[in-house]
Amino acid sequence: MRLDHVALLPAYCAAGTAVLAFLADLLLPGRSRPVLAVTGLGAVATAVAAVLVGRGATRSTFCAGQVGCSYVADHTGALVAALFAALTLAVVGLSVAATPQLPAGEYCFLLACAMTGGVVLGYARDLISLIVALETLTLPLYLLVGLRRRSVSGAEGAVTFFVVSVVSAAIALLGAALLYAVTGAVHFSAVAAALAAHPDARALPLTGAAVVLLLAGLSFKVAAVPFHAWAPAAYDGAPVPVAAYLSTASKLGGVIAIVSVTARALGPSLDVAGPALALLAALTMTVGNLAALRQSRMVRLLAWSSIAQAGYILAPLGALALARGRSADALSTAVAAVLGYTFFYVILEVGAFASVVALRGAFDGGQIADYRGAARRAPMVTAAFVFSLVGLAGLPPGLAGLFAKVVVVRSLLSGGSAWLAVVVALNAVVGLAYYVRVAAVLLTPGANPGGAVRAVRQWPVLAALGAATLVAVVVGFAPQWVLDAVR
Amino acid sequence: MTALLLLTLLLPVAGALAAVGLHRRSDVAGRVAAVVASAGAFVASVALYWHRDGSGWVSTGQQRTGAPIAPWHQIDVSWASGLELRFHIGIDGISYPLVVLTTLLTLLCCVYTLWTVPEGPRGSLLAALLLTIEVGILGVFLALNLVLFFVFFETVLLPMYAVIAAWGGPARRAAARKFVLYTLFGSVLLLVGVFLVVAATGTAELTELTAGGPSRFAGTLGHGTQVAAFVLLALAFAVKSPLWPLHTWLPDAHTEAPTVGSVILAGVLLKMGTYGLLRVAVGVLPYGARQLAPALGVLAVAAILVGGLVCLAQTELKRLIAYSSVGHMGFVLLGIATLTTTGFQAALIGNVAHGVITGLLFFLAGAIKDRTHTGDLRQLGGLRERMPYLSGLLGYAAIASLGLPGLAGFWGEAFAVVAALRRGGPLWTILAVFAALGGALAAAYFLRLLRHVTHGPASPAGAGMACPPLARAELASWAPLVLLALAVGLVPALVLGVAHDPVQALGEVVLR
Repeated sequence: MRLDHVALLPAYCAAGTAVLAFLADLLLPGRSRPVLAVTGLGAVATAVAAVLVGRGATRSTFCAGQVGCSYVADHTGALVAALFAALTLAVVGLSVAATPQLPAGEYCFLLACAMTGGVVLGYARDLISLIVALETLTLPLYLLVGLRRRSVSGAEGAVTFFVVSVVSAAIALLGAALLYAVTGAVHFSAVAAALAAHPDARALPLTGAAVVLLLAGLSFKVAAVPFHAWAPAAYDGAPVPVAAYLSTASKLGGVIAIVSVTARALGPSLDVAGPALALLAALTMTVGNLAALRQSRMVRLLAWSSIAQAGYILAPLGALALARGRSADALSTAVAAVLGYTFFYVILEVGAFASVVALRGAFDGGQIADYRGAARRAPMVTAAFVFSLVGLAGLPPGLAGLFAKVVVVRSLLSGGSAWLAVVVALNAVVGLAYYVRVAAVLLTPGANPGGAVRAVRQWPVLAALGAATLVAVVVGFAPQWVLDAVR
Repeated sequence: MTALLLLTLLLPVAGALAAVGLHRRSDVAGRVAAVVASAGAFVASVALYWHRDGSGWVSTGQQRTGAPIAPWHQIDVSWASGLELRFHIGIDGISYPLVVLTTLLTLLCCVYTLWTVPEGPRGSLLAALLLTIEVGILGVFLALNLVLFFVFFETVLLPMYAVIAAWGGPARRAAARKFVLYTLFGSVLLLVGVFLVVAATGTAELTELTAGGPSRFAGTLGHGTQVAAFVLLALAFAVKSPLWPLHTWLPDAHTEAPTVGSVILAGVLLKMGTYGLLRVAVGVLPYGARQLAPALGVLAVAAILVGGLVCLAQTELKRLIAYSSVGHMGFVLLGIATLTTTGFQAALIGNVAHGVITGLLFFLAGAIKDRTHTGDLRQLGGLRERMPYLSGLLGYAAIASLGLPGLAGFWGEAFAVVAALRRGGPLWTILAVFAALGGALAAAYFLRLLRHVTHGPASPAGAGMACPPLARAELASWAPLVLLALAVGLVPALVLGVAHDPVQALGEVVLR
């Protein structure tokens, strides 16, 4: 078997970044800035490599004769890889505020390892590669969540995350194994072909169980209900940059995995997958929003809101519940809507978490009430924070978030799932209730009761925040760029 | 001329940016910039009248095309084709009076803010928010693309929330939250309704969707879809208008909002609902409108009666005016619900009249509250002796609002009743009778208001208060409204003339 090393270039870059981060720490012990710089440069190199490879024709490698290839470097994969690299870069920027207290070498190594998993994820075309890539993305995160020494909440978060994650990985693997038992294939195209060719196999209860188990296992990564309970504890216990990574890159990984499996492998079995996803989406957004209403800690609120957002992300796939939504055309619309929403969401979410780091430092998001008077102390950062929150709520001036909601509702209605569109719409109202509460606290003048923490002034943090806000503004005015990119 | 259209929309944006940019260096400079920008937008919007297709006061070239929307000027640029979103704006006879009303009221509010800033953050920020709201409202009136319409519809929400929450009265937080959640509930339904139509027809262009004739959407926009979409859109606009029983956000928002916020809210923001109902819901979904018109009519008359009865028992000045708005908007909605050209004209002139008169009433109520520090009718009283000019103006506005012939309020309410009578049938006749009864209620509660506030005995609580005479800012911002209330009352063709042809065309499409 000949390997196409050009196709693998982004993955090499990502893995090389991890090694370089380790080496930098070894050669320059005790200095965090060079390690972070090396990791950031590696992320840039990975993004550039992904874009360069993606601009050419589609390349595939790890091919097994007629069955198909395990690794296909196409346009969508390049987009996913570049997005992972960009998110990693942003988180590295935010981590500048955290590394005096955290071991920079280990931290950056783990982050780059996670990035490697994410980069490969977009290119993976068989069940095994997919799950391995997803676990490569997740595994370093257990350690990152608990990396802060002598932090009880960090350890708690890490253990919760670890246990739920292992269980869900086992569920996903069980689903994949059952699917293999039914179809005798692991490559997506082969699974789809086998399911299409054998209607009797599709009718087996075993197939239904396999599909549901696989999707349930994967939905853990996006923190979808009922696999969501780990998220608030893990986000709140983790250093804030890691929480940012969890809520963006890790979530993106889960979304890519679900979309990949649904669209590429389970096409013939969508009658099972569709209703499951519709239910998952409706439950996730409702539970996430209702729970977020009651939160008093900033990071926990963002965690619950990101659970709700996962519901919106998955909603377009819920249109597959109806026969009308299962045509090839509708499927590609739904997938484009999922990816489009995810793109808008991760940009705004990075902005929100970057603002938390800029206002409160990297370790304690604090109570929401602690943010009183933020507008006076740091007007620009607060403006960016409010912009991100309003965008997440889906209202102007956060046009990126508005168009994200529009994309989802549009795809649901063109798939005929009006009920789910109404659920999404009503959830947006509930969502606004807590986003506007936080925004109002930020803009309220007054003394800051928890005023011990000083605003962060390091340029990489502010650069990450500025870049995220700028991208959000730009794609808000030019949503067509995003829609074209994900198609 | 398209440059004017763009200028009308962009000048407020520029003004808002300038006011925000200047607010730290010089608050006054920021407010002046806002006044300049809003004045520019007003001039530009008025100038839109000239150089349109066709000439003369009544004929506007509509007869040539026969389409309900034949814009005088338009701009059409692709924005996001993947969402059927085009930046397509234009102005015609139905939107022109509302656009001018919007730019005028915003200008007056900015002028008012130049001298009087309510307690809260800096005044230039308030002016910037007013201009942002203006952009959203103008966008709604100008949009000829459904998705663009929705985007502008949502633009208004948060700035208005901020105006109430930052500059409002003691219970401002709760009122602002209620306002924003309630109205967002409306606009998300609008989102679903819009895309229900777009998914069925494949286009979001209002000019195409409202085109009459053997519709090319006859197959795609089936009866079931029309009814479902109309229900969603009608709910969305009913929250905004507001239609009983979805009006409960309005009294709180009005009571707590600062004066300029109340003026904009009552004067033009509510019109987004009635305009949307007429142009989008009725225009795009005539079958759905025909099916649901009786229900809409019943609710509208219920709003008139409930508004009137609540006003009779109301003891707070701004709350009373707010509830009277519910009644007046009920007349507007009744006019639309009749689905006749008379009714549509009643709705249009009712919109403008309510904007002018209620805007003035809220200005006056704000002035009274600023001076006496109370809005309680029982504590006011004897205003005539202490502030003769102010109480005279209040009397004038109240009489205009209760629909005295010769003043602006008369035409909309009278025509709405006439339209319902002409529609015929037992239901509409009964509705007309009850609506007329509601009109009488309006007279009752406004006279009660005047008896308490101006003619009553001087209240002991207010006797010792300082009552400064009317300031220049107040006169400057009220005079145009006083004159307009008279002008529209004497010459209703000011509004109806430009709207005649599009309304005829719309009526034909709906009744086909």
